Amino acid sequence: MEKLTSYILPVITALIIIFGISKGIKVFDCFVEGAKKGFDSAVKLLPPLMGLVVGVTMLRQSGALEIITKMLLPLAKLTGIPADVMPLTVLSPISGSGSLTMFEQILKNFGPDSAEGRIASVIMGSTETTFYAVTVYFGSVGIRKSGCTVPAALLADMTSFIVSAMTVALFSD
Amino acid sequence: MINYIWAGMIIFSVIAAFFGGTADALTTAIISSASDAVSLCIRLGGTICLWGGLMEIAEQSGLTGAVCKLLSPFLRIVFPKMDIKGKTAKAISMNVTANLLGLGNAATPLGLEAMQRLQSENSSKEKASTDMIKFVVMNSAAFHLIPTTVAAMRQDYGSKNPFEIMPASWISSACALTVGLVSASIFIKLSEGIKWKN
Repeated sequence: MEKLTSYILPVITALIIIFGISKGIKVFDCFVEGAKKGFDSAVKLLPPLMGLVVGVTMLRQSGALEIITKMLLPLAKLTGIPADVMPLTVLSPISGSGSLTMFEQILKNFGPDSAEGRIASVIMGSTETTFYAVTVYFGSVGIRKSGCTVPAALLADMTSFIVSAMTVALFSD
Repeated sequence: MINYIWAGMIIFSVIAAFFGGTADALTTAIISSASDAVSLCIRLGGTICLWGGLMEIAEQSGLTGAVCKLLSPFLRIVFPKMDIKGKTAKAISMNVTANLLGLGNAATPLGLEAMQRLQSENSSKEKASTDMIKFVVMNSAAFHLIPTTVAAMRQDYGSKNPFEIMPASWISSACALTVGLVSASIFIKLSEGIKWKN
């Protein structure tokens, strides 16, 4: 198990190139052609990303997130999510870097094999930063009306939190 | 929807700072977040270039077509109206593959490619199509077969078995994905009568 995961990306990159060469493709020319579009899309993403980052950073630095977490604490007992993991559930839909830091803290304070550490791991493995995905995906093509995307995605997130707590309880002996 | 959430985030933050005495931190946050967004954008631009290039090779060599064929049973369920051999389906399958392998960095640029193709098929240029909504919901409940980042971090913190959480993670992802897609379908059906306010 020596960092098996570290091989995934390099192996895939090599596979794509080898497959291309074997089909007689001019891989470098082809790469350059495909890479051209990259920065145009990134520039288009700046305005929506700016909005999101400002909102999320304000929430974190003002202490508003702690208030929200405290308000949600009664829900923790109801859903079986440990109180110390609750901040992660509040952060994970809105901030990728924030939830990574929170996850790290849980691993450090409780250990990766504790109930808290395992529930946090499952949550991290089964959710993505919802607001980031919505902002970036729709922002890149100029969609303003996202319809029911946010409510549906948030329902999915909540499902993942509750099921995470349940499955970890189920799998522990 | 986004408009209200965003306004709520900012107003609530200012109120919290007012009562919590964190106004200084909040001031710094507002200023620094502007440059944070720019560096995030540049990083994203880099990964979009990288994966755009690699995908062009995969596309021309027929690799994306093969992956798409592999995933077609799943795609047929989620996107019943989509042309399974089309470019959109190919782009979506590459995004799904990146998610399955836990390559979050690659999933976003590949997903953006898929969004562009979905947008070219979209009848309205401002309003998200049904397939777009499902696709974004699918990404926000990302299904990782191999939770790469999580396993690596667990190992760093001395876990006896960093991959032990995988089955629990699959169940949790599958449930989240199902709930997300089913509720999106229900919401879409409901909203066909009522216009959604954004």
